Amino acid sequence: MQIYEGKSVFGGIAMGKICVYKKNEKQVKRQKIEDEEAEVTRYQEAREKAMQQLQGLYDKALLEVGEANAAIFEVHQMMLEDDDYNESVENIIRTEHVNAEYAVATTGDNFSEMFAAMDDDYMRARAADVKDISERVLGILSGVSDADLASDEPVIIVADDLAPSETVQMDKSKVLSFVTVHGSLNSHTAILARTMSIPALVGTNLAADETVDGKFAVVDGAAGKIYVEPDEATMELLEKKQQEFLEQKELLETLKGKENVTLDGKQMLLYANIGNSKDLATVIQNDAGGIGLFRSEFIYLERDHYPTEEEQFLIYKQVAQTLAGKRVIIRTLDIGADKQCDYFEMEKEENPAMGCRAIRICLTRPEIFKTQLRALFRASAFGKIAIMYPMIVSVEEVRKIKAIVAEVKAELDAQGIEYGEVEQGIMIETPAAVMISDLLAEEVDFFSIGTNDLTQYTLAIDRQNTKLDEFYDPHHPAVLRMIRMVVENAHKKGIWVGICGDLGADLELTQEFLKMGVDELSVSPGRILPLRKIIRETNVGQL
Amino acid sequence: MREFNYIITDPEGIHARPAGELVKEAKQFECKITLTKDGKTGDCKKILGLMSLAVKNGNEVKMTFDGADEDAACEAIEAFMKAKL
Repeated sequence: MQIYEGKSVFGGIAMGKICVYKKNEKQVKRQKIEDEEAEVTRYQEAREKAMQQLQGLYDKALLEVGEANAAIFEVHQMMLEDDDYNESVENIIRTEHVNAEYAVATTGDNFSEMFAAMDDDYMRARAADVKDISERVLGILSGVSDADLASDEPVIIVADDLAPSETVQMDKSKVLSFVTVHGSLNSHTAILARTMSIPALVGTNLAADETVDGKFAVVDGAAGKIYVEPDEATMELLEKKQQEFLEQKELLETLKGKENVTLDGKQMLLYANIGNSKDLATVIQNDAGGIGLFRSEFIYLERDHYPTEEEQFLIYKQVAQTLAGKRVIIRTLDIGADKQCDYFEMEKEENPAMGCRAIRICLTRPEIFKTQLRALFRASAFGKIAIMYPMIVSVEEVRKIKAIVAEVKAELDAQGIEYGEVEQGIMIETPAAVMISDLLAEEVDFFSIGTNDLTQYTLAIDRQNTKLDEFYDPHHPAVLRMIRMVVENAHKKGIWVGICGDLGADLELTQEFLKMGVDELSVSPGRILPLRKIIRETNVGQL
Repeated sequence: MREFNYIITDPEGIHARPAGELVKEAKQFECKITLTKDGKTGDCKKILGLMSLAVKNGNEVKMTFDGADEDAACEAIEAFMKAKL
């Protein structure tokens, strides 16, 4: 048994044979020709045919993945119509007296190298598009059709990478799962897998060759793993997982698309907590109404340097786009205490839980904070982003934050950079914030109660210390009273309030929270549907 | 000859899709339409050259129109850019 890991695009379990998808490497020979004009005509005819094929792919993709993602084939057509491209091909044929295949291959290489050399990730990726159109023309010239699935039964497709034109052409009824060595979560393959709701992995550390071809394998989409020739014990586990997944799916089917509303018409927003953009697939799968807590610190913890504005922007933008207009609440940097980054070079502290952490770092080192805020505001042009600030204890802090936000917005305005409307809220996770929640509510758009820290600070009990379990009551009335107080103060000032700590997912408290009037619960994605079930079975008036 | 300067406000700049739309727009006119960024010039009727300029959000570009229908082209392209780029 071999186990390989990749980034999860979509969850679920797929079992079947692996089919390694190899591109038809078109061997291009340089051949002298006599009649250049006939060769140019041959090229023009092939190009015309390629244009027609691309139109067909556009129409197909339009149905499968929607207009925005199908547009790539329109762009491909324009590339093939590009005078520079065509002149280059024709020029090579005429001046070097060579065959059209060679001229197309050389032109394709030249243009794709030009894009590959650009200092912009997006443009670098366009090198693949130029290659793709050149391959298409070459295929027509040489009479070799595109590689297809040489299989009659449904298979797990394993490939180095899949071009949009390749995935669109595949017979989808033969595809159990996509596993690629390269590719990103935003690639065409990934979008297609999500649309088809089949497990898929990208960036997988296996070799797409004969070592795995034809072998039986199981893809565990949610875990981001593919097991090649799994042993019996693993197989048993995976079958069980598949069973659970199917049961969950059944629950999903009955509850998906349904509102989170009680029998007497009280609404509750159910959002997802995520700690990584890899979790996005499960957010969508579990029908979350939005993201209630995006833990941005993973971006810092995963790196050995301060993440740049651009690095952060791309991540936030991806999340905003994926959620397509649903609210995405991103919590600003929350490191310190148990989450440390070496390059921050923080001094060692006696009591890190109460030390320099979260917003305290941001306010003492505003340059780090501003980089993040700029990235967040820029990303807000692509979706509904809200920002939430952690570890607040005073009104003064909120005002300082607002002053920095105003500076960031003024800079963006001066540069003519667009941003959207951004709601700004704070975490209520210190007893101090609870006690002044009436004053804080005047300053912000929403509250999110972080029950983990709030409980720890209220009870003065370290939750990591198992010896204290006998003193620890997660439903301690002090904590519940605090939550009630925060909700009342928030509503008096007309702002909404959510819970994003562990208590939010505690099914024993859901009815209590409904009664208190909590507006939103943000929980790990898998908890959303069970919560929806309880909410829909509750009558708040009768509690 | 007509010309105008414009600062790109599309957050993604002139990437593949908008470049394609600009080319489509430009091809409706006879006159030569060029885009200049930092001294580098691209023909607006050629998508590969246009994309290779890697025009980003916040970049200032100069658009020039030269030919019989330059007035109409200038107006149409300016309206297009304001709406889409």
